[in-house]
Amino acid sequence: MYEILEKEIFSDVTKLIVVSAPDVARKAQAGQFIVIRVVDEGERIPLTIADFDRAQGTLTMVFQEVGKSTMHLGTLRPGDALASLTGPLGRPTEIEHYGTVICVGGGVGIAPVYPIARELRAAGNHVISIIGARTKDLLFWEDKMGTVSDELIVCTDDGSYKRKALVTEPLKELLEQRDNVARVWAIGPAIMMKFCSLTTKPFGVPTIVSLNSIMVDATGMCGACRVEVGGKTKFVCVDGPEFDGHQVDWDLLLARQRIYLPEEKLAKEKFLAEHQTCAR
Amino acid sequence: MSEPIKELTTKERMAIPRHEMPRQEAMERRKNFFEVALGYSAEQAREEAERCLQCKKPTCIEGCPVEVRIPEFILALRSGDMPGAVQALKSKNNLPAICGRVCPQETQCEINCVLAKKGKPVAIGRLERYVADWELGQGVIPPELPPPTGKKVAVVGAGPAGLTCAADLARMGHQVTIFEALHAPGGVLMYGIPEFRLPKKIVLAEVNYVKSLGVELRLNAVIGKLFTLDELLDELLNEQGYDAVFLGTGAGLPMFMNIPGENYNGVYSANEFLTRVNLMKGYLFPEWDTPVKVGKKVAVVGAGNVAMDAARCALRLGTIRALEEGSELPEVHIVYRRSRAEMPARAEEVENAQEEGVIFDLLTNPVEIYGKDGWVSGMRCIRMELGEPDASGRRQPVPIPGSEFDMDVDTVIMALGTRPNPMVFTASGGLERTKHGTVVADEITGRTTKARVWAGGDIVTGAATVISAMGAGKRAAADIDRFLRGE
Repeated sequence: MYEILEKEIFSDVTKLIVVSAPDVARKAQAGQFIVIRVVDEGERIPLTIADFDRAQGTLTMVFQEVGKSTMHLGTLRPGDALASLTGPLGRPTEIEHYGTVICVGGGVGIAPVYPIARELRAAGNHVISIIGARTKDLLFWEDKMGTVSDELIVCTDDGSYKRKALVTEPLKELLEQRDNVARVWAIGPAIMMKFCSLTTKPFGVPTIVSLNSIMVDATGMCGACRVEVGGKTKFVCVDGPEFDGHQVDWDLLLARQRIYLPEEKLAKEKFLAEHQTCAR
Repeated sequence: MSEPIKELTTKERMAIPRHEMPRQEAMERRKNFFEVALGYSAEQAREEAERCLQCKKPTCIEGCPVEVRIPEFILALRSGDMPGAVQALKSKNNLPAICGRVCPQETQCEINCVLAKKGKPVAIGRLERYVADWELGQGVIPPELPPPTGKKVAVVGAGPAGLTCAADLARMGHQVTIFEALHAPGGVLMYGIPEFRLPKKIVLAEVNYVKSLGVELRLNAVIGKLFTLDELLDELLNEQGYDAVFLGTGAGLPMFMNIPGENYNGVYSANEFLTRVNLMKGYLFPEWDTPVKVGKKVAVVGAGNVAMDAARCALRLGTIRALEEGSELPEVHIVYRRSRAEMPARAEEVENAQEEGVIFDLLTNPVEIYGKDGWVSGMRCIRMELGEPDASGRRQPVPIPGSEFDMDVDTVIMALGTRPNPMVFTASGGLERTKHGTVVADEITGRTTKARVWAGGDIVTGAATVISAMGAGKRAAADIDRFLRGE
């Protein structure tokens, strides 16, 4: 069960896995996520579905190694299996014919943006994609994004590849140049989604973000993932993960993401100490 | 008792005092997560069993939601026939080691015991636990099953209701698959009730017994997402095509108070706090990966069994940390808007909590949580007094104007009750629900308004007890069996 079939290494910290999960793949839709445990003693961590193949019965996820669980996941190889995989969870993206849309993917957020851009294009939208990362090494799927976008803008924060810019810069320019943008999707680190939302707000363009809060069961049972959207408490796992970026209380989300920082640091150091001698 | 026992007279039986349950001492047990109640020794169990008068019309059975043959298992126990005791017990109860620990016997079987009229009732729950633990120690032998009926039933949720329903159906010859959303079976027995009240190896041993009856357990399967209810019933859509479905998904949705400050870091739902501690073994962090944080001053809001469990977990986590750090012991408060008499928790659990050092702030209700730098820094409360009885028959708590005061707390756990999780109702046309979100089902049979669908446990009643959910699972199994046999 939940065997890893393929693995691709995009950078030191960014990796892709293809996992066998036929029942989940059968139901998966763009915008949804899964929850996995790497080992029996492991945390339940949410990962957004980056791609799915119903015929092959597989799910593709891209993750960045930021803490113990993702680092541990990064050590698994094809043939290894996950301890558990649950999904598909969350509400799917509302795919409609909107007209012209912009899909922004920042860093590891490029992965979940891909199926959304693909479905939006299939629904007849003119898709403009902006993908960006801190530096060239952290960029991936430029080719895949190109195939599902009518226009593609690529940038890096440090200028090591293509345009030197934060994703908010081309986003703002596009909104200034074109008055027909119907909707924007922005997925990436919380801070990037916050600034994308602030960028689009003056233009009044609805902006959908996919929130990445801390979760435990991810079925609506615990409320660890709660956020405030438009002044109301919402659970990211069942009410989201996509929300109106203009309504999200970003400072609360950022604060709640930091609850376990000391524990996360401790777990990471312990893991690194135990795996120092292991080949990565 | 090495000597063969002589048959005692009724008077002699009544003269035997009820045996107290050996327990870990209070100050000791707040330093660990090991089981508090240690169980009877063979001798204590025998002597306690001698107290049973073997009534011709055993009223104790009437108090039991699953109608355990109480006098029969007790008679076998005191005659030294342990396999016979197991057989009598398990003919009605598939999960006796669990029930022996968490059933509120004082309001069910024991309250009906004739000895309770003049003195203390037979400790039926403790004897049940003794017999069940004896069997687990010996290795469980599954009963012989009837020939397969060829009928397939899907049970949604591997909690007390689902496990009971599945086990009974399997023993009637039906093929059963349980779909469980989490990565471990047991439902509230795993994520809710703490290790020190119900060891998880006991839960898993009883789940293994259910599996040994031929029940298939599919973990990580969220009904409503992975499959919908209609898909489970529809053989055209997939290979599932179940003849009947039992919904036992419980009441898992947490409630908050909707007061300012509830989203500060340091405010938990009891569900989150207990899931981190119990299911994810947060008390073993960093050996297990899931962390759980408790501060030095904890307020648990509510006074049900869940609130007691949360308070006692918080007390243990805080005490263990304080001993490691050499710092001051934590303070854990139960904050409850009514008085002691209205507390919904079992008396035994309240006593356990109190002995361990939990502080009770009664007739007190939070009105706002304060924060500093995103974290809880205090809680404003108001004093309450009891007014006229409300719809529940309990006297309504009314705020005393001007009595607000601030509590110095850094962690708040909301244990205010739960509602059914609506996720399971995706694509379930025809299934009627109440305004509280519970499923409308026949009280006796568990039949819902949707053909071939039964429901039982907290999903029907709202948050209640393990044993009442088991009773509902059992009655539904009997009715599903009648339906499948075309009666």
